[in-house]
Amino acid sequence: MNNMPKVAKTFNRQYTENDRKRGSLGMKNVNLFYGSFQAVKEITLDIHTCSITAIIGPSGCGKSSMLRIFNRMNDLIPSARIEGKVEFGGIDIYEPGVDVVELRKRIGMVFQKPNPFPMSIYDNVAFGPRRHGIRNRFALDEIVEKSLMQAALWDEVKDKMGQSGLSISGGQQQRLCIARVLAVEPEVILMDEPCSALDPIATLKIEDLMSTLASNYTIVIVTHNMQQAARVSDMTAFLMVDDDHAGRLVEYGETAEIFTNPNNKKTEDYITGRFG
Amino acid sequence: MRKDYERSLKALQDEVLVMGSMVEKSILWSVDALKNRDLELARQIIIGDEAINQKRFDIEEECIELIATQQPMAVDLRIIIAILNIVVDLERIGDHSEGIAKIAIMIGNEPPVKPLIDIPRMAERTVLMLREGLDSFIKRDVTLAKQVCDDDEGVDELYDQVFRELLLIMAENPKTIGRATRLIWAAHNLERSADRITNICERVVFIATGRMEDIGASKY
Repeated sequence: MNNMPKVAKTFNRQYTENDRKRGSLGMKNVNLFYGSFQAVKEITLDIHTCSITAIIGPSGCGKSSMLRIFNRMNDLIPSARIEGKVEFGGIDIYEPGVDVVELRKRIGMVFQKPNPFPMSIYDNVAFGPRRHGIRNRFALDEIVEKSLMQAALWDEVKDKMGQSGLSISGGQQQRLCIARVLAVEPEVILMDEPCSALDPIATLKIEDLMSTLASNYTIVIVTHNMQQAARVSDMTAFLMVDDDHAGRLVEYGETAEIFTNPNNKKTEDYITGRFG
Repeated sequence: MRKDYERSLKALQDEVLVMGSMVEKSILWSVDALKNRDLELARQIIIGDEAINQKRFDIEEECIELIATQQPMAVDLRIIIAILNIVVDLERIGDHSEGIAKIAIMIGNEPPVKPLIDIPRMAERTVLMLREGLDSFIKRDVTLAKQVCDDDEGVDELYDQVFRELLLIMAENPKTIGRATRLIWAAHNLERSADRITNICERVVFIATGRMEDIGASKY
């Protein structure tokens, strides 16, 4: 997990040795199969800690499948099978004996559609910490407030904590889902097209939030919106399917370089809109 | 895919060529006006420079519109950014030609210091550099672009020659100082134009490789 970028886009912060160790994430020669169908082929990449990595590529190229590999979400699909090594903090997460619940606490996920639980705003955020055994009311209050503040939602909902999580706007619901992830203090946040169901203003708010969070969290985002990848990410991975319909990593590099001077012709064609 | 966009991008590059040929005429005609003491032609060049300036603004506007509406990326973005720089250089070359036309008017019907040989030669070389420079732009030809930059040396050498010769004439006959100095200015305008063309070639290298490079700085 070397080759950290010199500076992150958002904070120009230098990475400390601690940052590198905390939440270092990467995959080596990873293949993913759904039954006999290979979705992802021989992917090797290291995710940079405390920065934003965008995964882009045409529909069906394995972006979301690749994202789900990072917190073993594919385990939920019975036919899914994985080969290769996925390392997080120096541990292969697919080793037997890995606590998947603990893993998903450390690697949280935000989905395409905001999916608050049908309960109050407070209970949505407190859900995770409660599951992990925190019962003290004051401690929970503090976690809820802190998480909502980090998610830039506190000011908008502080007076209606008892209201249903489904009663707020789509953009607010998505930030509530981010607060819910933050409440369990993850190290990595995976985002699967988090803005595709949102309007442009709500989208910009989430992007702004991502930039702020990137100083403390490692963020990996799958997006169909290339402009969004260019705007928010420090690193970009471009995936494309081969003739065998399996997704491969075509190019991985600093976002500024990928969008101004990509090395690979296929990347060039895709980001200039000549195919895809 | 993106047919309209591709057409617009192509049209934009064609417009740069149109502007290039306007500038090319301006260079050649200004030196003709100087050589043949054609004051009417000189006046036309001064008026014509406004059209060159306008062309630059039109192309810049088109670039801005494409950036705003099409979000160009990678090589497309580099082409547009390069064009934004190239049109500035072309416009400045137009100004240098206008400068030569103004010198032609200033000299007016005063007796010639000497028959003009090297200045028209400088103009021919500069125009050749311009043509090849724009050719390299269309073909994204880095080798040709670098070759054109090397050719700048030839223009510099001619400038040295003009300068030395006029210096001698002035030393021998101080009455020529006024006219000879103006001719040195005219030669200097051409020398600067050739330098501007090397800037254009550097942009061609940027389009092709994505790297900003200073290719062989001019002697002046």
